[in-house]
This record gives sequence, structure tokens and C-alpha cells, in this order.
Amino acid sequence: MSSTSTAAAVAETPQRLRGRDAVQQHIGKKMSGAEIFLHALEAEDARVVFGHPGGAVIHVYDEMARVKPNFQHVLVRHEQGGTHAAEGYAKATGQVGTVLVTSGPGATNTVTGIADAFMDSVPIVVFTGQVPMPLIGNDAFQETDTLGVTRSITKHNYLVRAPDEIPRIVHEAYHLARTGRPGPVVVDLPKDVLMAEGVFQFDEEIRMRGYSVPDECDEIRLRRAVRMLEKSQRPLLYVGGGTINSNAAEVLTEFARHLNIPVTTSLHGLGAFPEDDPLSLGMLGMHGMWWANQAVQHADLIIAVGARFDDRVTGMVDRWAPHAAVIHIEIDKSCISKNIYADLAFNADVKSVLERLRPLVNPKKVKRWLNKIQDWRDECPLTYADDGELRPQYVLERLRAKSGGDAVVCTDVGQNQMWAAQYLKFTQPRSHITSGGLGTMGFSLPAALGAGFGMRAYGIDKTVISINGDGGFMMNAQELAVASAHGIPLKVVIMNNNFLGMVRQWQELFHENRFSHTDLTDTNPDFVQLARASRCVALRANRPDQVEDVIEKAWEINDRPVVMEFRVVKEEMVFPMVPAGKSSDEMITSRHAPETFV
Amino acid sequence: MNDEAITLTPQQLIRKRAAGEPVEPGAPPQAQQHIINVLLENSMGALIRVVNMFSARGFNIDSVTVGVTDDPTVSRMCIVTRGNDRVISQIIRQLNRLVDTIEVDDVTGTDFVERELCMIKVRCTGDKRSEVLQINEIFRGRVVDVTRDILALEIVGPTRKVDAFVNLMRMHGIEEVARSGRVAMQRAPQPTRGEI
Repeated sequence: MSSTSTAAAVAETPQRLRGRDAVQQHIGKKMSGAEIFLHALEAEDARVVFGHPGGAVIHVYDEMARVKPNFQHVLVRHEQGGTHAAEGYAKATGQVGTVLVTSGPGATNTVTGIADAFMDSVPIVVFTGQVPMPLIGNDAFQETDTLGVTRSITKHNYLVRAPDEIPRIVHEAYHLARTGRPGPVVVDLPKDVLMAEGVFQFDEEIRMRGYSVPDECDEIRLRRAVRMLEKSQRPLLYVGGGTINSNAAEVLTEFARHLNIPVTTSLHGLGAFPEDDPLSLGMLGMHGMWWANQAVQHADLIIAVGARFDDRVTGMVDRWAPHAAVIHIEIDKSCISKNIYADLAFNADVKSVLERLRPLVNPKKVKRWLNKIQDWRDECPLTYADDGELRPQYVLERLRAKSGGDAVVCTDVGQNQMWAAQYLKFTQPRSHITSGGLGTMGFSLPAALGAGFGMRAYGIDKTVISINGDGGFMMNAQELAVASAHGIPLKVVIMNNNFLGMVRQWQELFHENRFSHTDLTDTNPDFVQLARASRCVALRANRPDQVEDVIEKAWEINDRPVVMEFRVVKEEMVFPMVPAGKSSDEMITSRHAPETFV
Repeated sequence: MNDEAITLTPQQLIRKRAAGEPVEPGAPPQAQQHIINVLLENSMGALIRVVNMFSARGFNIDSVTVGVTDDPTVSRMCIVTRGNDRVISQIIRQLNRLVDTIEVDDVTGTDFVERELCMIKVRCTGDKRSEVLQINEIFRGRVVDVTRDILALEIVGPTRKVDAFVNLMRMHGIEEVARSGRVAMQRAPQPTRGEI
């Protein structure tokens, strides 16, 4: 049953204090709904708002010019780019991302980003304009049932009905987006509500009787976890993005090292545990490391930490980890025993559970298990051909060498994403940002833009790298001009194979080489010219010996984005691979050995 | 899958049993009907969010009722659904996950009373009419409207009783049926001997 706590005090972080101080002077004053809205954003310390104006929100933009609120508004060139930018901002900084768009098409254009944030638990709040209340339901100009459209892809959504409600709803929206399992919240703002006059009030307390953050971590559960760990001879930590959302990477790393247990991560878990640690097995799943999947299939205990057993992780569920008892630490109860039954579950915050479990457990003596994993590592290492052709894996290795892992990397969807996950060896939390659950092509560039603004807003000095394929890059290429307009020094990588590479790979492996509509040779633009037209520096490499030089030049530029086009070979494929719907012990390890399922 | 005989590991058996899935090959799936009560905010959009969740996640709804409680800010829904243990526990967790839901309660397997209300128009004249009225009497139904050749009856009871009544009326020529869907309430715990 849900808890009956009716009010929750919001933790007094420096951000919250800063936000609250900023609006003290406005409390109790009469003003328009639009101005109330701006101060409500200030109260949440929303430092950057990604938006696009239009008729329904014109009064908000008008007040923005008059009032000059203390946040920066970034004019994106497509609302989808705005939502992904907010996601990048949120994932890079750990703060809530903010989007402001108009009604109708403005709202529907945000849908992909909202769905993406919902799947990947990204805290963003999307404010959509709406036609005036009396016109709702009338098929008015630029009207869409935004609440209806976004209902199944948001954690919650609101329609504001009076200007006085705005501060409470905005406050609840940020609270919902940030706490528990983070996610997107939509707030629909009718134009007449923004125009009407109201009084600005601000109440710190949250009153939502149907919402509470769970903390099921009692003595009995902890003692059972200790017993299961003591009994286990082949334990494995399976770490997901929830660990990073919970800011638990450090605690987890210490926990794993103390226990001496190997760690494999999901795509979103990359960075939660340093991949240069000997206990790291890298990523598991469809394009994960062969040895990591072998470890899963042979483990007798899997501790899943902030992970949701996605089908790209498990493959065929019935045959996944057939010998392993499962301990699941997860903030969202609906993820527990959804795909894989949890023998023991902690429905609680990852960090708090690990902190309470840590003093109760002793280091494991599992030398034989670790040796076995080392054998698997040696048996099937990650390789690619070294034959003088330009291969994407080589480019990634050079990028990794240059950045030293001290960068925020946003990847797109497809082959580029999987190679980056395999080769970039992430060592820090919030250094890997990608669209995992929804698999949204066109995610990387706007996400990197948002991460770049996040770095600036919070004074973090890290290079932001955007990794793209030629297909996905074209889906949100318009945001390049926004990055150059603001002098955001993104390092934009395009792995150009003139193909929709991942689809091509499936067509070669499973559809008898019928490359149906995946060849982009005739429709791709000249990426160097496109980048220059957007006032970016553009560089190109055609051969491996040019890669180093391009990267060196790119890293010298710090006042605007650099686009690096690498013309890589068409036929390269991502291996190893578990074919969709197959079991984790049926990995294809190379193009020439599809029959040698291991 | 079928050409190879798969022996399940002990852990796989544990998982199957926990999900309520048949362990023996070829055994029929074990879907059970469940009655779930939900208390939720009596606000715009709360009801649709619940119903929408069922359709978005592919769960079945056999019947659903909703009405306000003694607290005007709280509505109560009674949802009748079906599925194996894994599906039912998912439904309950997904319901709890909604921000508008205050309490979710699966009354199946507990001691509860359930009722459904049914109004039915039957075409009957002469001898037939007295027969219908007799059956109505047996089922403790009430006559709510009467015309020259139509009787409108109201019956309240557990769904099985309503089913039986509707079936009996079928041979007399049903004009119209309106059923409310089920509502259920857990019985208050009986005082134990010591307390008496």
C-alpha cells in the first residue's frame, strides 16, 4: 500500500536555497500568470530553459523580455531538439532539465523527447502552451489534447486552470521529475491562464498523498542479502543507470571492491563503475562483452543495482542467468520481478541500501570465479581488423586516448552507440549519455548541446563529445547552429559509412543482404559544408593516418563546435552480438562465424 | 524450442512458480480473476490515467466501476481483471506507480462481499408475466417499471446470481440489460474470542 505521508519537505540543497531566495521579493505581489510562471521557474533554480516561442506562450516570452528572469533561455531550432537538450542537461548535471514550447505542433514535437526521457528515467519538465480554456475541445488553431497525447509517456501531467495554481504545480512537477525514479512531467498552460492576473505565492511543502518515495530496506532483508552473499561462489553485480541517478557510483565502486565481486553494467550503467578496474567486465547484453554474458550465464548470484532487466540485456528471458538467485535493488517497484523474478528485493534508493549493506558484508574469496572470467576474456577478446582501412573502433580508441576519459560523451543510436559503449572505457558517472530505452536517432547532438549548457551553468570543466552516425546526425542537425551561436565547444564526431549501419548489419546477417532503403550515399549531404554553413569548424579524415591529426586540431578549438567527419568502411559490424530474441549464450562473435554460436 | 527437451534449473523452476506459470510442459496457463479496489484522487484525469494504463500495458479489464467516497476528494474504483500471478502483481505495481492513486487493494483471496446491480427489461404478458414475477421473487428482485407488455426488474447480488437471473430471463425475451459492474468490500475482521 502506498504510504500515507501527506507532506514532504524538499531537501535544502544549495540550489533550492538559491531558487527560494531569488523569489522572496515577489511573494504576495499581483502579476500576470506568465510572470508568476517565470518566478516559479526561478524558485526551482532552473538555470537553463530550452524553448521555442509561439502563439500560446507569447505572453511568457513577452514577460521574459520585460522581467529578465535569472535563467538563460536557449532558443532551439526544433522542439524535439529542446527536449533532448534538456535530457542532456539533466543527465550531465543531475539537475532537472526544463523545456518551454507552444501548443499544438510545439507540444507534439516534444513527444519523442518526452517518451525518451520516460524510458530512460531522465528528470525533465516540459511546459506546453495551450489554447485558451474556453476554446479547449473546439478544434481551435494549434490545439492538441496534450494531456491525452502525453499521458502514457509521462510520470505525471498537469493542466493549469488558474494563475494562482502555477507555483504549486511547477513545484510539484520538479519534485516528481527529480525524486523516486526520475522521469518527465508535462505542464499544460492555457493562454488565458497566462494572461490572467494572480498573486505569486510560494510554499515549500509538497502535499501529494498518492506519491511517496519507497524505502523497503529492513533488517530482515539486509540479513537475507548477507546470507545469500555468503553462500554464493559465483556472485556478479549487474549495475544499471539507476545507480547513477541515485548518485551512488562512488558507494557502489567501494562496495564492489570491498566485496571483491565482478561488475557488469547495462548501457546506462556505463560510468557507474570504472572500466579500468580489474573487476569491471564492461557492458553485458546484446552487444555486450562475451565474457560478461558468460559470467551472467554461469553466476549463482546476481545483484541487480538500479537496473530493469531490459530485453537488450536479457535476450530470451527464460534462459537468462539460469543458475542465479537474484537480489534486486530498485526504486521503481514495477520494475521488480517484471522480467526476471527477484528472490530478494529492496524497493528503495540504491545509495541508501548499499550504504546500509556495506558494513554487514565481508570480502568474498572468489579467486576461481575471477580466474574463470579471465579465461573467458582471453578466449574471445574485443577485436577489429587492422588492415589499413578506416574503422570506427580505431577512431574511438584515439578519441579515448585524447580525452583520457575525462569527457562527457553523448552517443546516438545504432552502431556508433554500441562501438562507443564497447571502446570508450568509461570511468566516471554522468560521462556517458545516450538514448537507451527508446533508441531515438538524432538524440546525440541536441543532448550534447544541453550537456554543454549544463557544464557552463554549473561551472564544470569537461569536454563534451557528440558521437553520431551519418543517419542519426541528419535527424537533428539543425541544432548545430544553436551550439555555434552560443560558442558551445562541442566535439561532434560523425562516423560516416553512408549507410544506416545497424539496419544494414541486420539485413546482412538475417535478411540475406537485401539492403532495403539503408544506403544513404545519394542522399547524404557534404557534412563538411553543412557544418561550415552552421558556422562550425569542419574537419575530415578518410584514412587511419589522418585521424590523429583531425583530433588534435579539433581539441585546439575552444570557442565553437567542431565537426569531425570520419569516412569509415561500410561493411563494419558490431560484434559480439546476441541476435534479437535469442539467449545470452548464443552470441555471434564475428561475421565469418555466425554458425559458431558459443 | 520444441525440438530440444529443456530441463529447467532449480532457479528457473523458482521463477516459473513465482510467476504463476505452468511448470509442466503443455499445461494450460493459469489466469485467475482478481478484484482490485483503488482509491484515487477525485480529480480530472485520474480515472482516465488508470484505464489508460491498462490499455497501454496490455492488461485486461473485465469490469470497472467508479464513484466518489465519503471524502469528496477521493474516488473509489473497483476493477475486475485477470492474469497469472506475475501479471496481477504487475497490475498492482503499475497502479501504485500512478501519482493519483492513494491506495491499491487486491481483495481476491480475502474475506469480502461483492455486489452487482442489474436492471433488465423483459417482454412478457399474461401467464408469462406471472412466471417472470415468480422468478423475480425467488431472486429477491424488485419491479421498477411496468407497462402493458414490458416488466422492468432490478436485481442486486453477487455477479454469479445476476448471471443466473439474466440467463433465466433470456427465454422470456430480454429487451434491454444494464449491469453496473462489480463492487467489492472486504469484511471487517471478526473479533477473536479473547476480545469478546
